[in-house]
Amino acid sequence: MNVIKYKKIFLSIAGFIMAASIFCIAYFGLSFGIDFTGGSILEVTFTDERPSISATEQAIADAGVTDASVRTTGEDGYIIRSPFLEDDQRTRVMDNFRLLADGTEAKESNVSQVATTTETEPSSETAETATTSTSTVATGTVIENRFSSIGPTVGSELTRSAIYGILAVVLGIILFVTFAFRKVSEVVSSWVYGSVAIVALIHDILVPTALFAILSVTIGAQIDLLFVMALLAILGFSVNDTIVVFDRIRENLQDAIDDDTNDSFADTVGISLTQTYARSINTSITTLTVLAALYLIGGQSTELFALTLLVGVVAGTYSSIFIASPLLVKVHEWQQKE
Amino acid sequence: MTKTRITAVLILIAGIFLGLFAYNTEVSPDSEYKIQYGLDLSGGAHLVYEADVSDLNEGQIDPAMSTLRDNIEQRVNALGVSEPLVQVETTSITGETRYRLIVELPGVQDVDEAKEMIGEAPLLEFKLRTGNTDAAQSTTDDLFDNGTTSTSSTTAPEQDNYESTEPALTGRFVESAQLQFGGGRGATNEPVVLLNFNDEGGQIFADITRNHTGEALGVFLDGRLISSPVIQQHITGGTAQISGNFTTDEALELRDRLNLGALPVPIEVVAEQTVGATLGEAVKNQGIQAGIVGLILVSIFLIFWYRLPGIVAVAALAIYILLMLLIFKLIPVTLTAAGIAGFILSIGMAVDANILIFERIKEELGKPNASMQDVVEEGFSRAWPSIRDANISSLITAVILFYIGTTLTQGFAVTFGLGVLVSMISAITISRTFLLAVAGAERTKLKHALFAPGVRSGDEFNEHTQ
Repeated sequence: MNVIKYKKIFLSIAGFIMAASIFCIAYFGLSFGIDFTGGSILEVTFTDERPSISATEQAIADAGVTDASVRTTGEDGYIIRSPFLEDDQRTRVMDNFRLLADGTEAKESNVSQVATTTETEPSSETAETATTSTSTVATGTVIENRFSSIGPTVGSELTRSAIYGILAVVLGIILFVTFAFRKVSEVVSSWVYGSVAIVALIHDILVPTALFAILSVTIGAQIDLLFVMALLAILGFSVNDTIVVFDRIRENLQDAIDDDTNDSFADTVGISLTQTYARSINTSITTLTVLAALYLIGGQSTELFALTLLVGVVAGTYSSIFIASPLLVKVHEWQQKE
Repeated sequence: MTKTRITAVLILIAGIFLGLFAYNTEVSPDSEYKIQYGLDLSGGAHLVYEADVSDLNEGQIDPAMSTLRDNIEQRVNALGVSEPLVQVETTSITGETRYRLIVELPGVQDVDEAKEMIGEAPLLEFKLRTGNTDAAQSTTDDLFDNGTTSTSSTTAPEQDNYESTEPALTGRFVESAQLQFGGGRGATNEPVVLLNFNDEGGQIFADITRNHTGEALGVFLDGRLISSPVIQQHITGGTAQISGNFTTDEALELRDRLNLGALPVPIEVVAEQTVGATLGEAVKNQGIQAGIVGLILVSIFLIFWYRLPGIVAVAALAIYILLMLLIFKLIPVTLTAAGIAGFILSIGMAVDANILIFERIKEELGKPNASMQDVVEEGFSRAWPSIRDANISSLITAVILFYIGTTLTQGFAVTFGLGVLVSMISAITISRTFLLAVAGAERTKLKHALFAPGVRSGDEFNEHTQ
C-alpha cells in the first residue's frame, strides 16, 4: 500500500469525509446541553412500571414547568430536561411524580400525605385516617437518581472556557510541533509540519462532531462538557500519532543528509510511513480495545463519551497516516513548483 | 547483565508489595488510604452558590467570603454529613469577577433539607429610613443610653423606604447573639435578642447613631423589616437589642441562627448536581468492570502480537496500574466517572511507549552483527524522541483540560495527565530493565522467534546479502 503514490486518492477521501461531516453538522444541527445553555436535567426511576410519556409530561406541566422534554432511559426511567428549575419547582415535579408512581388516584394519595403529616398529634381522629390511608397507598414510588442544574451565567462561562480550551490546545500543539521539528527545516519549513498537523486535527474534530449531529436527531444526544473533553483528548491522541510519523520523517531526513543519499522527500516520507504503520495501528488497537470495553460495559454516564473517543481515535489514526503525511508531500510539491 | 536481572527481580517484588498495599488498604474497613470516589460515584450533592458582593467594596470582599465559608461550614457540619467540603472559588472568565462557594455533601440523604439549612440562613441588615420620618417616629420607641436599642414592633412599615448605610451594617459584624427577657419598656417579659457587634461593627454602629440621630433605623431579617426604632443618641457600646414582638421560640431560633452565623452576603444556587447513592454505586462498578475487561483484552493482544516482549509489556502495565493506584491513594486523587474514563483511556495509551520500543527492537533485529543487549539499547534510544515528543503533546492537552474542567470533569484531566507521565517513566525504566533482563547477551534463533516473529535474523540477513 503506497500511501504517498496514491496520495491524491487518500486526500480526496479525506476531503470527502470532511465535506460530508460539515454537511451533517449543518443539516442536522448540533444540540447543546445544559452545561452550555443552562437548565436542569432530572433523572428518575419508577420502581413499578413507569407511567406513559404523556402522563409524565402532564405531571411536569401541572407543576408549572414549561418547555420540558421527556426521554426514556433504561427499563423504567425518564430523563427530563428543562430550563433552570428552582427548588420549589423541582419539589412540585417530584411530588407529582410520586402521585403518578403511586398508581392510585391523586386524591387518595393526598389523604395519606395529610395523615402522615398530622400523625405527630396523637388524636384519635387522625389515627383513624392514618389506618385507612395505609390500605390505599400503593407500593410504587419514584427515585430521584440524578439532578443537575446549571444557571445561565455558569453556562456561558463553561461555553467560554470550552472555546478557550480548544483554541489553547490547537495553538499549544502547533507551537510544540513547530518547536520539536525546528531542526528539520531544510526541506520543508517546520511551520508546515505544524500546519499539516492542524489540518489532520480539524478532520479528527469534524468526524465525531458530525456523529453527534446525527445522534442529536436519533437519540437526542447533547453536546456537553464531557464531549468537549473527549474532543480534546482526541486531539491529543491524534497529534501523538502524527508526531510519531513526523518524528520518523525527521530521523530519516537526518540520515539521508548524513549519508548524502539522493532519496526524494516523497520517498523519505513514504519509507517513514511504512516504518510506523505497525505501531500506529497497534496503539490504536489497544486504545480502541479499552474504549470498546468502556462503551459496552462502562455504564450510561460515560457511554457517549466512550463512543466519541472511539470514533475520534479511528479518525485520528486515519488522519495521521492518510492525511498528515501525504499532505506534507503535497505542500512540498507546491513549494517546488513556485 | 546479572545486575539488570537482580534489578528486574527487585522491581517485581516491589510490584507485589504495591499490589498488597493496594489490596489491603481497599479491604480494610478503616484504612485512610482507601480510594476516594467523587460525588457522582458515591452519591451526594454538589452545590455551587454565588455570593452577591455588589454592596461590598474591594477590600471587604475577601474577609466577607472567608466569613461566609466559615458560616456555611458550621451549618454543613450541623447536617452530620461525613467529610463535607466547603470552598471559595472565584472566576472571572466572563470579565467581571464572581465569587462562588462550592459545597459538597457526600452521601447526603435529603438534599432539600440540606439546602434549606445552608441557604435559608438569616441575613441581618440595618437600613436607614429615608423620606418621611414623622411616620416612623409615631410607630417606634426610643434608644436607651446604656448602649442598646429597644424597639417594639412597627405597624406595617413600608420596606422600600429604607436604604443601606455607608458603609453597610449587616450580620457580618455580629459576633454573638443572646436571648434576654424584659428588654422592652413596659412589657417586661418580652423576649429580645441582644447583638454584640465586633469592633468594626461597633464602630459603624456608633457612627450611624452619631450621624443620624433622630432618624429611624430599620432592622431587616432576610429582607423583611422586623422593627424600626428611632435613633435617640450616639451609642458607643457595640451592642444592639432587637425586639419584634417575638414569641420565646422565635427569639430562641433567631438567636441560634445568628450564632450559627448570619450570612455576611446573600447567596443563591447557580449550579447543582445531585446523584443518588444507588446510581453512583452502579456507575462505579460498571467503570471498574470496564477497566478490568479492557486490561485483560489489551494483555491478550500484547502477548499474542509481541510474544516475550508482550509479556514484559503486560508486567510493566500491571506495575503501571499499581503505581497509579498508589498515587490515587497517597495524593489523594478523587475518582469521578470522568476520572475512571481517563484512567481506562490511559491504560490503552500507556502501552504506546512499549509498542514504539518493540517495533524498534524488531527493526534492529533485522540488522546484522549486534548483541541482544545492543539491539535492545538501540531500540530504546531510537524510540525515545518519539516517546518524548508524543507524551509532551499529550501533557499539554491534559494541562489545558484541567484548566477548563469543572470539579467533576477535571478528574479526566488528572488521571489522563498522570497516566501519560507515569506510563512514560515506567516505559523507560521498568520495561527497559525487564527487556534487558530477558534479552540476555547471545542472539539465538529462539530469541528471534520470541522477540520478533516474522523478522529475519541478522545472521540470515548477512548470508542473504553476501
